[in-house]
Amino acid sequence: MKTLLAGTALALVAAAGGAQAESHMQDVSACLITKTDTNPFFVKMREGAQQAADELGISLNAYAGTVDGDHETQVDAIETCIANGASGILITASDTSAIVSAVEQARDAGLLVIALDTPLNPIDAADATFATDNFKAGELIGQWARAQLGDEAENAKIAMLDLGVSQPSVDVLRDQGFLTGFGIDVKDPNKWGDEDDPRIVGNDVTAGNEEGGRTAMENLLAKDPEINVVYTINEPAAAGAYEALKAIGRENDVLIVSIDGGCPGVANVADGIIGATSQQYPLDMARLGVEAIAQYAEDGTLPENTEGKDFYDTGVKLVTDKPVDGVESVSVEEGQNLCWG
Amino acid sequence: MTDTDHYESSVREKRAEKVAEFESHSKGVMSRVQHALHVTPALVPLIVLIASIVIFGLLLGSRFFSPFALTLILQQVQIVGIVAAAQSLVILTAGIDLSVGAIMVLSSVVMGQFTFRYGIPAPIAVLCGLTVGTACGFVNGWLVSVMRLPPFIVTLGSWQIFLATNYLYSANETIRAQEIEANAPILQLFGAKFEIGGAVFTVGVVFMIALIVVLGWVLRQTAWGRHVYAVGDDAEAAQLSGVNVKRTLISVYMLSGLICAFAGWALIGRIGSVSPTSGYDANIESITAVVIGGISLFGGRGSIMGSLFGALIVGVFSLGLRLLGADAQWTYFFIGVLIIAAVAVDQWIRKVSA
Repeated sequence: MKTLLAGTALALVAAAGGAQAESHMQDVSACLITKTDTNPFFVKMREGAQQAADELGISLNAYAGTVDGDHETQVDAIETCIANGASGILITASDTSAIVSAVEQARDAGLLVIALDTPLNPIDAADATFATDNFKAGELIGQWARAQLGDEAENAKIAMLDLGVSQPSVDVLRDQGFLTGFGIDVKDPNKWGDEDDPRIVGNDVTAGNEEGGRTAMENLLAKDPEINVVYTINEPAAAGAYEALKAIGRENDVLIVSIDGGCPGVANVADGIIGATSQQYPLDMARLGVEAIAQYAEDGTLPENTEGKDFYDTGVKLVTDKPVDGVESVSVEEGQNLCWG
Repeated sequence: MTDTDHYESSVREKRAEKVAEFESHSKGVMSRVQHALHVTPALVPLIVLIASIVIFGLLLGSRFFSPFALTLILQQVQIVGIVAAAQSLVILTAGIDLSVGAIMVLSSVVMGQFTFRYGIPAPIAVLCGLTVGTACGFVNGWLVSVMRLPPFIVTLGSWQIFLATNYLYSANETIRAQEIEANAPILQLFGAKFEIGGAVFTVGVVFMIALIVVLGWVLRQTAWGRHVYAVGDDAEAAQLSGVNVKRTLISVYMLSGLICAFAGWALIGRIGSVSPTSGYDANIESITAVVIGGISLFGGRGSIMGSLFGALIVGVFSLGLRLLGADAQWTYFFIGVLIIAAVAVDQWIRKVSA
């Protein structure tokens, strides 16, 4: 009987202790707001945020728009986070300008707001931005393509498969980064399509999917069937471009480069469909973001930017099985370990 | 008898005389044209299509005016062309289907995932995909005809539902072209190509043309086809003359869903892979093709051939302008101009029947 009582008392103490620890955890909470919750990129982000939150013992609430471009739901989510008394918000904004007023509200309420992947407009509307250096991502594949071609780079015929006519910042940065890496004068670095280097056959838009990639590639091939270098905004567009090249039997003598590092894309590098791709790391963005919020909640420290940049660079690596001198790269195998989606 | 009475009766007589008179003698050239267009609605887009091919041919020479480039346009418009056929059917009933693109993508994802996730033999997975498309169409048709909800609202909702289902079910995973080629080549059937002297045709292109020809014949020559026009022209009058309006509407939406599912199959052939993010704007593109093709958004008038011409006009402008080196924005600019011009012509033609 005595032992039973003692046991119960112990259990009670343990339970009370547990409850205390739990309430301590509940003190700090973070919000993650993504564009959608279905895109593998954001799924990976959520995974990274959850992992970090579990390790640090803070709670995480995740919200997402129903489709890319769903601005309203993101505003609702920010308001919910403020009402919940969260310590900080991680957000990949669908509408980078319109979200600013909601973000200001959150910051005024004492929350730390970190933009993930997509910088807000203006970039300093958030306390910090954790993102891929898209210009660097483009530069890496540009340098790689140039080195692959060697002296032939002077006679290259380049197709530029961009995202959309509205030229969002990620589209411009990747495009201009590639051209810079390849050694082409970009003229105005804030827009693509104004270059006059004769090596560029043309720019066309893909909407970042396979169908757009194929049509755009066909259009540019109709303009000049001799194209031998293809820049693509992302890997689905690259897969579409490959289909267009295959249709005219040129799939083996054209160099395709891309950006993203999704698992199907890296598999395409392994199969030699894409020559090289720049891989970005959504998991790290979210993990670092949650850690920054925990730090801020503890002692009010604000995250710092990477030296020389107006955001925190979460890194980018070139994935290829044909490494070249002077351009750092990782093997396809390593890329497959780190890929998302 | 007062003077007023005389006055009234003379007006009445005049009016009666006018009704009895035939006006055809006094018709000018313009009204003859108007009449011809009213009888053959696909004539305007056909003329615009030929004119645009000639103009781009003159500007670009053999780069554009080659069997290769011209058949490339066919390949580029095949998806929109097939979807536009589905859209035409619905618009002929005075409806609109905003969910066509979503049905297409969902069907293609079902074909792909059933094959690769569950290991179902590819031909059966294709059948499942076609069934899903038809079922989606049935839901739309049922809500429109039995629940009597406006087609715009129904398909605005189902567009979101089908698209969300597509993303949730597929987890936004792409099935790569190489895997499909190795394990289930039948999924890429529509991409198979053959050449006739420099001209390249794919199974998808042949399917699109055959589909439009068959549908054109069915709409003109069968009772069902005439019912579709009748329902679109005046549903109440059709009902009173013994047409089963509900059944006709449901069958139109189901057929539209089935055609969209075929478009989904053709999409796999075109892009090689199964991608849940492709074709999301097929609804707008198909409506554009239908409108430029001279099918009236008010229902009951227009020919399905027109929607093929409409899709081809967009294709000719896209490729032509790109070959000229114009900024991609100009394509959208001119398509916008064409849409408004097409509706203006439609309104003008309508006056002949008013």
